[in-house]
Amino acid sequence: MRQKVRYVHRGEIVELENIDPTKTVLNYLRYEKALTGTKEGCAEGDCGACTVVLGELVNGKLKYQAVNACIQFLPTLDGKELITVEDLKEKDGALHPVQKALVDANGTQCGFCTPGFIMSLFAEMHSTPKTDRSHINDVLAGNLCRCTGYGTIVDAAVAVAQSSEKDRFHTEMTATSALLAALKKDSGLHLTWLDRHYFAPKTVDELIDVLARYPDAILLSGATDVGLWITKQHRELTTVIYLGQIQELKEIETQEGGLKLGASVTYSDAWAPLAELYPDFGELIRRIASTQIRNSGTIGGNIANGSPIGDTPPALIVLNARLHLRSKDGPRDIPIEDFFIDYGNQDLKPGEFVEAVTVPLPKVDAKFATYKISKRFDQDISAVCAAFHLTLKGDTVEDIRICYGGMAGIPKRAHLTEKAIIGQTWNETTISDTLPLMEEDYQPLSDMRASNQYRMLAAQNLLRKFYVETSTPEVPTRLLGEGGFACA
Amino acid sequence: MRNPPLSRNVIRGTVHAPRHHDSAAKQVAGEALYIDDIAEPKDLLNLYIAQSEKAHAKILKLDVSAVRRAPGVVVVLTADDVPGINDASPIAGDDPVFAEEIVEYAGQSLFAVAAETLDQARAAAKLAIIEYEELPAIVTVEQAMAANSFVLPTREIRRGDASASIKAAKHRLTQRFEIGGQDHFYLEGHVALALPGEDGDIFIYSSTQHPTEVQHNVAKFLNLSDHAVTVEVRRVGGGFGGKETQGAWFAAIAGLTTKLTGRPAKIRLDRDDDMIMTGKRHDFVVTVEMGFDDNGRVSGAEFIFASRCGRSADLSASINDRAMFHADNCYYFENVTIISHRCKTHTVSNTAFRGFGGPQGMLAPERMMDAIACYLGKDPIDVRKANLYGKKSRNVTPYQMTVEDNIAPEIIAELEKSSDYAARREAIRAFNKASPYLKKGISLTPVKFGISFTATHLNQAGALLHVYTDGSVMINHGGIEMGQGLYIKVAQVVAEVLQIDIERVKITATRTDKVPNTSATAASSGADINGKAAEAAAIAIKERLAKFAAEYYGVKLSEITFLPNRIRIGKHVVSFRDLVQLAYMSRISLSSTGFYSTPKIHYDAETLSGRPFYYFAYGAAVSEVIIDTLTGENKVVAVDILHDAGKSLNPAIDLGQIEGGYIQGMGWLTTEELYYDDKGILKTHAPSTYKIPACSDRPAIFNMKIFEQGENVEETIFRSKAVGEPPLMLAISAFNAIADAISSVTDYRFYPELNAPATPERVLMAVQNISETAKTHKLTEAAQ
Repeated sequence: MRQKVRYVHRGEIVELENIDPTKTVLNYLRYEKALTGTKEGCAEGDCGACTVVLGELVNGKLKYQAVNACIQFLPTLDGKELITVEDLKEKDGALHPVQKALVDANGTQCGFCTPGFIMSLFAEMHSTPKTDRSHINDVLAGNLCRCTGYGTIVDAAVAVAQSSEKDRFHTEMTATSALLAALKKDSGLHLTWLDRHYFAPKTVDELIDVLARYPDAILLSGATDVGLWITKQHRELTTVIYLGQIQELKEIETQEGGLKLGASVTYSDAWAPLAELYPDFGELIRRIASTQIRNSGTIGGNIANGSPIGDTPPALIVLNARLHLRSKDGPRDIPIEDFFIDYGNQDLKPGEFVEAVTVPLPKVDAKFATYKISKRFDQDISAVCAAFHLTLKGDTVEDIRICYGGMAGIPKRAHLTEKAIIGQTWNETTISDTLPLMEEDYQPLSDMRASNQYRMLAAQNLLRKFYVETSTPEVPTRLLGEGGFACA
Repeated sequence: MRNPPLSRNVIRGTVHAPRHHDSAAKQVAGEALYIDDIAEPKDLLNLYIAQSEKAHAKILKLDVSAVRRAPGVVVVLTADDVPGINDASPIAGDDPVFAEEIVEYAGQSLFAVAAETLDQARAAAKLAIIEYEELPAIVTVEQAMAANSFVLPTREIRRGDASASIKAAKHRLTQRFEIGGQDHFYLEGHVALALPGEDGDIFIYSSTQHPTEVQHNVAKFLNLSDHAVTVEVRRVGGGFGGKETQGAWFAAIAGLTTKLTGRPAKIRLDRDDDMIMTGKRHDFVVTVEMGFDDNGRVSGAEFIFASRCGRSADLSASINDRAMFHADNCYYFENVTIISHRCKTHTVSNTAFRGFGGPQGMLAPERMMDAIACYLGKDPIDVRKANLYGKKSRNVTPYQMTVEDNIAPEIIAELEKSSDYAARREAIRAFNKASPYLKKGISLTPVKFGISFTATHLNQAGALLHVYTDGSVMINHGGIEMGQGLYIKVAQVVAEVLQIDIERVKITATRTDKVPNTSATAASSGADINGKAAEAAAIAIKERLAKFAAEYYGVKLSEITFLPNRIRIGKHVVSFRDLVQLAYMSRISLSSTGFYSTPKIHYDAETLSGRPFYYFAYGAAVSEVIIDTLTGENKVVAVDILHDAGKSLNPAIDLGQIEGGYIQGMGWLTTEELYYDDKGILKTHAPSTYKIPACSDRPAIFNMKIFEQGENVEETIFRSKAVGEPPLMLAISAFNAIADAISSVTDYRFYPELNAPATPERVLMAVQNISETAKTHKLTEAAQ
């Protein structure tokens, strides 16, 4: 396997060897390359001051995406183009259109968050289709500013969104694409540094092989979780296997059984197809983290890390998604619910990995909803995340599946509550009568996100909300959209 | 910029005109240097501070021998290594840089490790053997009050007999509520870089709002003269008060490392360490009782404030004084008692934060106005109007200052109209009747904020102005640029006075060896006092040039006029540059200092009375919110602001302060929750857990305007007003609007108990409680 990282920067291929494989892109830029325009605000992918843009060839087309440099490991640049805030100005010193827009809008104060905003807006300028004005909040959800109150930045973003101006990166696109196409042909990567290994296999077969040799290896995808093991816990990871170069794991296919999402499909890429099947699932993805994190974080990672507060598992569980696992012994399929055994314990054998998940297609007459409750609407971890799937026969509940995140050590179904509702009439009395059972289904914890009382009350009220939305859909129940509210 | 063509009609960069932030073009290109961006010296040492894991404990053993032996470690610093005084406090001498014998908060600095790399320093710190004997920790205000644990003595302001007049009043109401603290969450964490100089001198780059205090504290810590320590600050990546006193110990530790090793040393706190180790806005518990008549006019008011000061005094005296000075806000309370308890807790020592106690003080009367209105079934705006300060009478504050510049009535009236308050309030009530789960609320609240440091001696500033022989100008002053646009405002002042294009004015980094003995850039005073000092320096130069020109050309002084970039001297017109060159050749000094001390203010700290403020800044806001009564989630959907910036020096900058202030205040009162566990450990110390407003939290409708008639009645710099802090308190309207929405579930018969911040949890619980209250009340009524 190849032993040098190869990426594109400023129109040239850069090669790196003998590097600490868990060094972050941010620390590399700031402390080795003296490219200090990119800032550290939190080192956990939550503030966006470190935003850089990565270019990748997707189906032969150059695609720019903003990511958080603070939690990306340096070798994950392999095969990509890196763009930082220093790269945007024209050679003659003229500001890039995005930079100019922010200056003109008076969108800077202390300026520390500014490079991150610039890079988010730069990525947005190059995205297709461009985000319309109403979604600028989503584009910028991952960039915190403590000074401006955002209004001036939004003004700049609107100006950028409405402009059809082209920049140098458009003109250089062909040349860049050629460089990236050359890198695509590179073999898989194996770095060694001290006693550490970093693998970036290019196929599932290579992955199976490496994983069989290093069954204790850490599987790395978007680094939105593992990155923090380095930046926050200061752990040393002996062997890391990066999944991001395996094309097979990035496939999205609609099959008879449903929508099959490869484990390395990012939230960003899963968003549209999921939203098409289940609008509420789309809304959930919109609320998960930020653009930068959605560009990195993966559906597979959200499942495989077994977190009790991952946002997709409750929805996947009520939809009865199937999880596809694989090892050198072959594939294994399980209902996703069975994957979560206990806190920190998943049904994953040594040498086995999550390969894909299949989300069943919507059933006629079935109703699905999911809700995420957090202190802040965007870029926040849920205090409670709920998902419901209801099948009615007339007024009678034929089936209901209820699952919550944040209520137990795993994403967990409300089996007692479900059982009590099934066979009953879907009405206010049934809901009121069964709500107390929720207290037997769950004994939530108190922590900095919410108290146990709140979690329980909110969980019960969300079931009530689901009832209201399914029985009287004309009643506004959602804090969304124009004027701040909407019907489900 | 290189010599753009000179303007002839009006200079570029006049005062009272919008102008971009001076660093905007550098900031967007990543070229604006913050301290951690400065090219690192080759032999730089990196520092890591080991922190106490206990909130309150005796240190039985602190053995760092293994730390010293760890790879890469060059020096380990403990209290024993301090050559001077182990303290970095602003006033009281009670903030040890390194803990001695006892720790009083989780996160307190124990020792520091200097190593070749930060990773080595951090890893080595873990090798220390530390034994604690845990002592009971006082974490909350209630615990402190119960234990009589105070960091400073309780203070009182009394006028008349409040308690008797409350008793005698027709109606009485009491409210008790808690106000959470707030982390500054400046995007740039604390950082200091120390460089060795000759003679053992130390040069320090510090991310501070108060370079002079850093200089003095470092000198004291290192047992050096003040003149041996120089501190420079070009810009900080956000301050908000969090860098007023807190930077000194980091600078001291870096300075000590440099002194002991002769090597440059840097300390940069990561987000978690910054949030755990450094102080925040004070949490308050407030009890208010008021007596009032049928119109809601208050005859007697009694406020009891208790604040969480943390382990040391820091600036808590002035902060709590300011809370007391803002318990009146815009309202005249004839008989009033204000009591302020300053609680000592085993938590981080709380510190300055935009508003400096004012916001907490002001929330009390503003909640009461709404509670009274709800009780009387009135529109809260009418209750507010009934209590506003008068112009000629009812115009003396509880601390005996006459309000001479009251424009609150005009601002409220204009905003009430421009925001269409009355119609919207009706529409909201109709919406709420029809919407069973989502409820809207609206509120208009005013702000009157006192401008000046309450510690009178701090109201002084200096500036240094050089004119070079090509006519370009360098201006330096004691103020810190932390994003608020101070540098550009001061440059505008200089450009205006000298009538030269602003590109001819270079703003240089604030340094203790250029302008000494400066005050913190705080209390919204930056442009007021540094602008005046710079103006004084510019006027001195201008007068000197005029006098020279008059003599040189043999004309009268009155025949000299400064036109844009040139000077009319009798019949001659000479460019600024040429006149400067002539003056130089004639051996005229082209350098001047400038000095300013705020007039009129005086204040007796013993009796808490006098004129602590030169003037007041005013504003008002209408906020409209929507809440989900099933989950407590809430959203501010529309804001209208009318704010008084006097005659604004730079409306673009001031609007930025107004909007940013509102949003920061909104965060304080809605999503930003500091959560300490019962052992006093802060659990929200990074953006993953501590939620400042994000882009989508900005209300979709955000109308703001600077009050057009605004003009300072006092002779401030070009009649402008300070604008840093006052807008933060406009966000009280958002909190009150949430309360209004909650009240709607009882058809506005009851006013909710609601603590800040109004997280979904607090809102849902308030909805639950008020519904219970209404139900109980109904049952009682039915029984009767």
